[in-house]
Amino acid sequence: MSATVDTHNHDDHDVHHHKETFVTKYIFSQDHKMIAKQYLITGVIAMGIIGIMMSLMIRMQIAWPDQQNAVFEALLGKWAPDGIMDADIYLALVTIHGTIMVFFVLTAGLSGTFSNLLIPLQIGARDMASGFLNMVSYWLFFLSCVIMVLSFFVEAGPAAAGWTIYPPLSALPMAQPGSGTGMTMWLVSMAIFIASSLLGSLNYVVTVLNLRTKGMSMTRMPLTIWAFFITAVIGIISFPVLLSAALLLIMDRSFGTSFFLSDIFIQGEVLHYQGGSPVLYEHLFWFLGHPEVYIVLLPALGITSEIIATNSRKPIFGYRAMILSILAIAFLSTIVWGHHMFISGMNPFLGSVFTFTTLLIAIPSAVKAFNYITTLWKGNLQMNPAMLFSIGLVSTFITGGLTGIILGDSALDINVHDTYFVVAHFHLVMGISALYGVFAGVYHWFPKMFGRMMNKKLGYLHFWITAVCAYGVFFPMHFIGMAGLPRRYYTNSNFPLFDDTADTQVVITVFALIAGAAQLIFLYNFFSSIFYGKKATQNPWRSTTLEWTTPVEHIHGNWPGEIPHVHRWPYDYSKPGHDEDFVPQTVPMKEGEEELHH
Amino acid sequence: MTTLLTIIIVLFVAVAIWQLIKIFDLAQVGASNSQVADDKDNKLNGYLMMGFLAFIYIITILCFWYLGDLPLMSNSASEHGPGIDNLMAISMVVIFIVQTVTQFLLHYFAFKYRGEKGRKALFYADNNTLEAIWTGIPVVVLAGLIIYGLFTWNDIMNVDDQEDPLIVELYAQQFNWKARYAGQDNVLGKANVRLIDLDRANILGVDERDPNAQDDVIVTELHLPVNRPVLFKMRSQDVLHSAYMPYFRAQMNCVPGMVTQFGFTPTVTTADMRQNPDIIDKVQNINNLRRARQAEIEEAGQELTYEFDYLLLCNKICGKSHYNMQMKIIVETEEEYNAWMAEQTTFAKSLN
Repeated sequence: MSATVDTHNHDDHDVHHHKETFVTKYIFSQDHKMIAKQYLITGVIAMGIIGIMMSLMIRMQIAWPDQQNAVFEALLGKWAPDGIMDADIYLALVTIHGTIMVFFVLTAGLSGTFSNLLIPLQIGARDMASGFLNMVSYWLFFLSCVIMVLSFFVEAGPAAAGWTIYPPLSALPMAQPGSGTGMTMWLVSMAIFIASSLLGSLNYVVTVLNLRTKGMSMTRMPLTIWAFFITAVIGIISFPVLLSAALLLIMDRSFGTSFFLSDIFIQGEVLHYQGGSPVLYEHLFWFLGHPEVYIVLLPALGITSEIIATNSRKPIFGYRAMILSILAIAFLSTIVWGHHMFISGMNPFLGSVFTFTTLLIAIPSAVKAFNYITTLWKGNLQMNPAMLFSIGLVSTFITGGLTGIILGDSALDINVHDTYFVVAHFHLVMGISALYGVFAGVYHWFPKMFGRMMNKKLGYLHFWITAVCAYGVFFPMHFIGMAGLPRRYYTNSNFPLFDDTADTQVVITVFALIAGAAQLIFLYNFFSSIFYGKKATQNPWRSTTLEWTTPVEHIHGNWPGEIPHVHRWPYDYSKPGHDEDFVPQTVPMKEGEEELHH
Repeated sequence: MTTLLTIIIVLFVAVAIWQLIKIFDLAQVGASNSQVADDKDNKLNGYLMMGFLAFIYIITILCFWYLGDLPLMSNSASEHGPGIDNLMAISMVVIFIVQTVTQFLLHYFAFKYRGEKGRKALFYADNNTLEAIWTGIPVVVLAGLIIYGLFTWNDIMNVDDQEDPLIVELYAQQFNWKARYAGQDNVLGKANVRLIDLDRANILGVDERDPNAQDDVIVTELHLPVNRPVLFKMRSQDVLHSAYMPYFRAQMNCVPGMVTQFGFTPTVTTADMRQNPDIIDKVQNINNLRRARQAEIEEAGQELTYEFDYLLLCNKICGKSHYNMQMKIIVETEEEYNAWMAEQTTFAKSLN
């Protein structure tokens, strides 16, 4: 396989004529556009369906506990005898839902799809710096998906210690059934996943730094590329720390070391562990875990920046401020992890420090939100489905982000930590927002990926049902949290204190089920448009960026002739002195024309 | 068989939805064939944006109307509670204002500037003054919240030994709580899970030779005298747990291998709290709901009538029965507490 790499002489215009078999074109492809589609289908669509189905089962269990449910019986088999979900499998669903959505869908799926597709196309490169590594990255990801899904079929069930897999619960098979083989598979899957993610990230960084076309200076890059670039850097900094945590946990589990364990008495016997600390694990985990939020969110915000500017027919407001806030968020994201640990038993002084850094990160986030809103002001808004999802993203980003002010404040976190308030907060600010980013990206770049258009009417239907239901699910959830209801409870029927939240739980679940069903609209639209969608024109959204200068039909190497040169920044929409309301980056400056954006 | 039937039904429902979408899809043929938004789409979605704004406001109002008693913000039962509640209220007001205004701007602009053919957008790329304003305002507001928050936090976390707090150990295990009082000397005996001896009923691994341990008292229901500071020392014998006492605005993880601590002063007795009008309303509401599903509750073997009690809940995922790991807390007068304590067996006497 490596032999074929050398034949990709990127300056050879006939490069796309060389024979490709089915295997090299669709399976072991090294073309970034095909790899992007592979990530989309595996990461977003397949894993997304699994992750969302799990969340619906979780919601049904919470709304109607202790009741026979035929869906559970059908889907969970022996884990739902007579249709009553087992308490252990409930925790497993919570765990794997979190893992799949955070890592597989919103990290690999989101970055894998859009970084791969857009980085070469928007900076003017023939392909990624290393097509081979890119292919390896995808297949490692695929392998980790397979292992994670297979863990549902082992005797005692998959990992069930929460997506954060805190030891000792995750370390001791006698603490819960899911900490046996299922947890081993979780750890192996994640180790492979991290390898895949690092290969991908390195590739993105190298490509952005080295393969930009002539004229594409860093400050002429679209904000999507800035977001993908910085996301990759954060990933390179933080994922190795999770890998070390996972490896140490594997050592504790299988080789008798005591990194995270000490003084444990369980099931009638004292274990030999001595001197370790679970708090150490929490530090290592959250050193990735918090930047992970931004690994998920930044690409979505990058996509939004691009789509809002294009569809507002206006330059993104405050291009430099946007870049600076991405950089600030990236830096701050690595020094705020302790806000997940205010009540972990760490020194309260650290709590003060992390409160300070955490609330600082609200500032660049606020700047971004205000800049989006100002971009809409006096625009000429084209309400394409991608635009709707982008506006929806800004809305949920604000709603979800604001409650971060409460959770990031150590004194307040004492009380709402690990309640439904937290669930509502992070689902809105990173879950829903990032998912909207994915949807926006798919609707916007579908013509680029498949050469056809998605149906806009179905897109509208999809957006409006999803948008209403997302608020219907997560807005009331804050209030349940403010009633003090802890999350991850299999049923609340042992706490009469919370009986008055039961009706709200049912309302939330109904909204969730409708939202789940609404995703069928998207799936139908997606798959039918691949085959029967209206043929796309070269630049359907009348956009300025380079990807729309490539032919609709995919070719290896992206541009048939020379790579275009870039003469201006990517946001010359409705610029005075031009007839059209967009000026592509490839159009040279007119005499006396100013680059107005600095 | 049921399984098969369910799968078939679910499949049919999915296929039905799929077909409906397809009909909807095919019905569009003949209409404008372009999949790029035109003026009609812009107008429709612009109005829907305003509708959505109304929806956000309505759901906010409904939530406050039906769920607005917010037990975590009212009727705190500890000395530091009102401080947290104030900070929470201030943060909530800030959030509420920002949310209302920014959502309005976002959706209103989406409506107002919906696209029309032939109109040109304003080329407006940057404005340093504006940027400075919306960097500056969050800085000021957040600085205020940070400073207030840090003072509150330090206040709560600093335990003052001068106040002679009652020392109580909270001991967590899958899936129940125990409490150990330090006894007459108010010093807890040394303990380690390696000293656990189930045959002698030394379930917490207390050091039998430690003189301080002899008068310790181990119980399964937590009693606290009102208005006396309590310092909890938390331990866990197996996995992480979290001791969550929402009405006291208190929470701390219990970590195997180390002792964590949290101190507070309970200020309202259980009896007084039951007389609180808000709590009376809440309990009445809960009991109405419970009566409505009487059969179900009695079948589960629970008491039908609910009476308010403070609770200690486990709030860190700890395994199968995490959802039912609780302990009752009773706050009472000094005399009641002393009377209760006098009835308890000391550690030395409890051993087999």
